[in-house]
Amino acid sequence: MSKNTITVENLTHHYGTRCALDNLSLTVFQGEIFCLLGPNGSGKTTLFKILSTLMPLTSGTVNILGFDLRTQTKAIRKLLGVVFQHPALDIKLTVRENLRHHGHLYGLNGKNLSHRISELLEKFGIVNRANDLVEKLSGGLQRRVEIAKAMLHSPSVLLLDEPSSGLDVGVRRQLNDYLKLLVETEDILILLTTHLMDEADECTRVGILDSGRLVALGTPEELKAQIGGDVVLIESDNSETLSTAIVDKFNVTPVLIEDRLCIECQNAHEFVRDVVAAFPDEIQAIRFGKPTLEDVFIKLTGNPFE
Amino acid sequence: MNNVLLPVSTIWWREIIRFYRQRSRLFSAIVQPFVFWILIGSGLSASFKPAGISEQTGYIEYFYPGIVVLVLLFTAIFATISVVNERREGFLQGVLVAPVARWGIVLGQALGGTILALLQGALLLFLAPLIGIRFGIISLVLTLGVMTLLAFGLTNLGLLIAWRMDSTQGFHAIMNLILIPIWLLSGAFFPSADAPGWLAWSMKLNPLTYGLAALRRSLYFGMTTTIGDMPAWTFSLLIVTLFSILTYLGATLTATAKTY
Repeated sequence: MSKNTITVENLTHHYGTRCALDNLSLTVFQGEIFCLLGPNGSGKTTLFKILSTLMPLTSGTVNILGFDLRTQTKAIRKLLGVVFQHPALDIKLTVRENLRHHGHLYGLNGKNLSHRISELLEKFGIVNRANDLVEKLSGGLQRRVEIAKAMLHSPSVLLLDEPSSGLDVGVRRQLNDYLKLLVETEDILILLTTHLMDEADECTRVGILDSGRLVALGTPEELKAQIGGDVVLIESDNSETLSTAIVDKFNVTPVLIEDRLCIECQNAHEFVRDVVAAFPDEIQAIRFGKPTLEDVFIKLTGNPFE
Repeated sequence: MNNVLLPVSTIWWREIIRFYRQRSRLFSAIVQPFVFWILIGSGLSASFKPAGISEQTGYIEYFYPGIVVLVLLFTAIFATISVVNERREGFLQGVLVAPVARWGIVLGQALGGTILALLQGALLLFLAPLIGIRFGIISLVLTLGVMTLLAFGLTNLGLLIAWRMDSTQGFHAIMNLILIPIWLLSGAFFPSADAPGWLAWSMKLNPLTYGLAALRRSLYFGMTTTIGDMPAWTFSLLIVTLFSILTYLGATLTATAKTY
């Protein structure tokens, strides 16, 4: 097993009889920001919990930087920095106290620890808030402290579960910029889960999960290239009849997703012009654009992303 | 050794600092037992004439060691109930993925709760002379020792429940169904001597009965006051020690087995 990858092979996980992860295999490399994209219930949080050692591996193998997840849990825990979806800071402690507590758990102490804390406070721009109780900080700042905490013991792997949930767009962008800086400047592997397309777009590679299965894997560009050309969305009161009418007249295959017709085609601007001219009364709204990861998900699963 | 002591002591320290910053917890853990003591103690004083207990021992005095244990119990409950939520959606998530063995996490939490319970229980000891219990150095040391063991055991009992529960409602239910009855049937409230057979037996099987006996015997150590028929010194101490060890092991096992 390679010393600088996370390798997941044939991972299956059941909750009772419900299958949360179905024979999942994937490899994540050092130096990339890998994104697990999927709707709620797709299994991404289950995978996160297994990788972060919160939940035991029941079937399949996982190797993290050369260590076996099943047998070398303690060694793996030292390598991991983990950011949870729900805040894991003690709001009754100050920022510095939270960081110090975390350092002690990882065996850091004394001058080394103080030095490392100052370094991170500086890096995350929270020096002037170091002695404030966490409950006094805004959500965005708390999230920064959260990541500073996860980075405190210089982990080789950073796992983040829905890191941008509850953050506004500006803060999300900052977070993305920071993660990019991190993979460029340190030997680290970043794996995050999200249900946000724009966040996935910023990552090196994306794995799309649906009902516990990995349905696609590649860079955002590769994934979107699976869709030939552009995507046209048509809203209508009577989508089904319109769909058959369009098939008769044009050389396209509409997919019906929740009352909307989704059509892949080349030269969408011409198609839009022609289809509106052909069915002026049936079409209520129409738009087209470059394919997004959401379109990829819809094409691969036949389901809306939610 | 440092890689065990450091995490344990930091978890312990956090319990203390949290308590210091939420001082209203002190109020709730000590005022309620105190009010029980005064109201119930005064109310029952006139009709309380149990066999084998000195004439001059009023109910206020009889009830006193029970109130000390109630303070320990309440503090243990308040100190451990937060584990339920913190484990699932809070601070403890980060502790669970750190390279610290579960027994170390539980030990840190238990020691934190013990110190808090002990400090609050000790506040009540200042009132003992007012009701005629004048202890010397030896009985004070013995009393604090028994209180430490009891506080450790009760905190671990709280942890054992809290690590198993997935909601604080569940914890409250257990508290009403198990923890409070354990206290009621420990001899805190009434002596077992006059109780009907089935009740006397359930009191005999209750580990806290021996905690109360040990506490009573240490409070009155060296005094001539007769405190009625109750388990012997060494046996009580043995049970209390076993209780605190077993609850710690139980809490550690529960914490180790729990997955998310």
